[in-house]
Amino acid sequence: MTSAPKDKELKPWEAYIPQHHWRNATDEAEGAKLGMWLFLSTEVLLFAGFFCAYAFFRLLYPENWHDASRYYLDWEIGAANTAVLLLSSFTIVLAIRAAQQGNRGMMLIHLGITQLCAAFFLIVKLGWEYWPKIRDGKLPGIFFDYPAVYAQRAAEKAMIVAPDAIIPAAQVAGDYASTFTPGAHDHIFLSIYWISTATHGFHVLVGMFVIGWAMWKAYKWHYGPRHYTSLENVGLYWHIVDIIWIFLFPLLYLV
Amino acid sequence: MAHHDVSYLAPKETFLKTVMSWVYTIDHKKIGLMYLVAVLLMFFLGGVAAMLVRAQLWEPTRTVFVSEDGSVYMNPAEAPEGERDSLKTETRGIFFQPITTYVSRPAVNLLSGSTVGAVITASQDGSPSVSLPESDGQTSNPLNIALTDDGSPIFTETTDQRGNKVWELRRENPDSDEPGPVLASITVDGRGNPSAEAGSGLSTRKTTIREPGSTITTNNIYNRMFSLHGTIMVFLFIIPSIPAALGNIFLPIMIGAKDVAFPRLNLMSWYIYVFGGIFALYSVIAGGVETGWTFYTPYSTTTDWGSVTSMLLAAFILGFSSIFTGMNFIVTVHKLRVPGMGWFDMPLFIWALYATAIIQVLATPVLGITLMMLVFERMFGIGIFDPALGGDPVLFQHFFWFYSHPAVYIMILPAFGVISEMLAVHCRKRIFGYRAIAFSSIAIAAISFLVWAHHMFTAASPVANVIFSALTFLVAIPTAIKVFNWIATMYKGSIAWTTPMLYSAFFLFCFTIGGLTGPPLATLSTDIHLHDTYFVVAHFHYVMMGGTVLAFIGALHHWWPKFTGKMYNEFWGQIAGWTVFVGFNVTFFIQFFMGTQGMPRRYATYSPEFELMHKISTFGSWLLAIGFLIHLVVFAHSVFAGRKAPRNPWGGLSLEWETESPPLEHNFAREPVLTHGPYDYDTVVPPHYDPALYPLPERSDNAPSHH
Repeated sequence: MTSAPKDKELKPWEAYIPQHHWRNATDEAEGAKLGMWLFLSTEVLLFAGFFCAYAFFRLLYPENWHDASRYYLDWEIGAANTAVLLLSSFTIVLAIRAAQQGNRGMMLIHLGITQLCAAFFLIVKLGWEYWPKIRDGKLPGIFFDYPAVYAQRAAEKAMIVAPDAIIPAAQVAGDYASTFTPGAHDHIFLSIYWISTATHGFHVLVGMFVIGWAMWKAYKWHYGPRHYTSLENVGLYWHIVDIIWIFLFPLLYLV
Repeated sequence: MAHHDVSYLAPKETFLKTVMSWVYTIDHKKIGLMYLVAVLLMFFLGGVAAMLVRAQLWEPTRTVFVSEDGSVYMNPAEAPEGERDSLKTETRGIFFQPITTYVSRPAVNLLSGSTVGAVITASQDGSPSVSLPESDGQTSNPLNIALTDDGSPIFTETTDQRGNKVWELRRENPDSDEPGPVLASITVDGRGNPSAEAGSGLSTRKTTIREPGSTITTNNIYNRMFSLHGTIMVFLFIIPSIPAALGNIFLPIMIGAKDVAFPRLNLMSWYIYVFGGIFALYSVIAGGVETGWTFYTPYSTTTDWGSVTSMLLAAFILGFSSIFTGMNFIVTVHKLRVPGMGWFDMPLFIWALYATAIIQVLATPVLGITLMMLVFERMFGIGIFDPALGGDPVLFQHFFWFYSHPAVYIMILPAFGVISEMLAVHCRKRIFGYRAIAFSSIAIAAISFLVWAHHMFTAASPVANVIFSALTFLVAIPTAIKVFNWIATMYKGSIAWTTPMLYSAFFLFCFTIGGLTGPPLATLSTDIHLHDTYFVVAHFHYVMMGGTVLAFIGALHHWWPKFTGKMYNEFWGQIAGWTVFVGFNVTFFIQFFMGTQGMPRRYATYSPEFELMHKISTFGSWLLAIGFLIHLVVFAHSVFAGRKAPRNPWGGLSLEWETESPPLEHNFAREPVLTHGPYDYDTVVPPHYDPALYPLPERSDNAPSHH
């Protein structure tokens, strides 16, 4: 038995050799990063379609845009999600730094925080944004049903608040309704909101999968000072998801 | 031949292992070959659809026999005995399918010339009712009343017991003197108030609406055929044809690499293509689309015919395949060139593929998101493209053409690349203006993003039209640079009239016609008239088919010996080439004239004056089909019985001619050493080249000197 002592065994990142068609590992890493940047450019152009549609309809219906953003969206939730995504971008950079230093523990901790941030984002998105909107009829296009649902809910609320009150419930509902003046094209604003945030949310979900994959590779010692290409690419992907949200947030919530 | 190891292509011990060796391969040549087979299959499918479109236009109408109860027969003998005498003839399109549903409408409308006299309608159950419009007390002249269906009205004026005037309406019966039963009677009482009631003759009479010439069914089948042709040819054939098939095989070899940068991504791109193809085929089986390949809203969002959503998803998925191939090529060109090969030492085919890849990466995502929005629009009614909800259908056109105009350069740029290769090799001459050709590819890629609205001159705003018209003319500059450089390359070259060279010449001829008919379409004043006519169809086909397809067929012959290891039959290759060339021009040249005379595209039928021209065009399509079939036979013969190909049958200088035919598993036995550029025909003897092996000019004035 001539096997080397256990502490002399090379870890995967130390033993890494490039694929057969690359001349050296540097070329391979640079090539992978170039490929990733090209992919990011396709992501930017993909969302550019939404941004163009947004700009187009905002020019067509500016007042409507202004009001719809206030009526239907809650900027505080959006701001919380923005903060969380910014934090996650920072932690994934720290994870790459930990890889450069060969610190597996910190790498896993930072990737874990990133993962938690992503989960937080999605849970808030689904539970505090999408679900109430579906319930209230704040849906895109032909499914847009907000005023009707709103009046009904206002009436219910009036019954709960003042069951014995002299003021008839209907009048209360009317008062509620008078504070809400739906624009003619609210459903278009909500269409853009839904398709762009849902596509972004899908990207966050994909991001959670690839970060999970990176965590598994980190756990198996595939990342170290000399080889962390795929971790860096996952980081790049996560940054673009973050950046797209940073554009979506003010455009949709802070109009 | 110590390194002649092509066992990676050979069958394995068992059939299953052989199949798996292709299913799991990450070898760029095998993936390219699979792409090649697939795109040729799609070319066949799209071609069949095109033939059917032309067949419909050969004879857009035919006579059918309709019985009184509405049954339709192709032949009077098919009708039951008793009905044969009462059959009426009608004309229908060639894709006619017997239909049994008829549209009911009011049986008899009685309309007077100036004021309405009375309206007699039949309700759904056939019972008639007569109504009079509000009257000022004066009766309108009943003799002014006309029947809207065939037959002349007869009026008889009588007086009833109370002394009121009554006009009775009957249908004139041409076969006898007896008039038919009373259809309606209109009574005017002593104070001049009219009233009306239906007569017995109206009770069973129903009319049906049929359009002579073609039925709704026929037109829909025609629409499906040209939509099938367009979507298959654009998304499944022409976009992957040269880059994904030939580019995959030859890009790494021509820059001296072992493989593309991301071999697994390459395989994934192939399977995404297959996946997208399945969606497209499902759409065809489920009824197809009738929107054309452009999917214009609002039609594409409102039609419930066939399976538009599936076709949209197919194009969306195929876009990813295209993006991944493009990314792969860009990184490969940047990072895997053999040491010593600078950007200006690359073959021009690589430049063209590089420019194509840039467009693929930058334009395709926009199409992807556009199609996704269209799918959302169809499935969830988001209203972005729906004017009823405040959306804008023209926005879709902007989105669509932002991709699809650059996409036509995805289609044509690789063709420019192979023409540069084929002309230099088969003219045995250094390419003229290397840098001009290389930069013009990049220039075309850049300009392609700035001209999309020229597809929408009849829809976009006047100011935008002027800008886009001006920008469109810019495309002519780099394109003309290429054409002039190619002609200059041929000048004083020692031209070998091989099939690839023949196709290069065909390309120059047809593409120049296609290119020169572009400016009339870029000019606003003429485009308003030529928009959506056959002139556009002819222009597009002269560029896409006369350009890309001819270059693709030429490139297939050019590289056939290299990637199959077999020679093809030169004589029959050229016979087929000429048949295709003649067939192509017969088919499409006449369409320029049809277009200028006002024949609109996408119509299932036409006015009689276009009949001869349409027949000529359809006849040309048969010639084209024969030409392609001969090519198919030539290729099949080559695969099964072709002579073994040498390494360098044409005397080329780029790196693919230095490896074996077919190439080794990792392309070269060892990393090649660059000793010459790809076009140094004036100074270098081509490697592995034996002039005795294959026809070359017997004597050439500027043959390379052997020293």
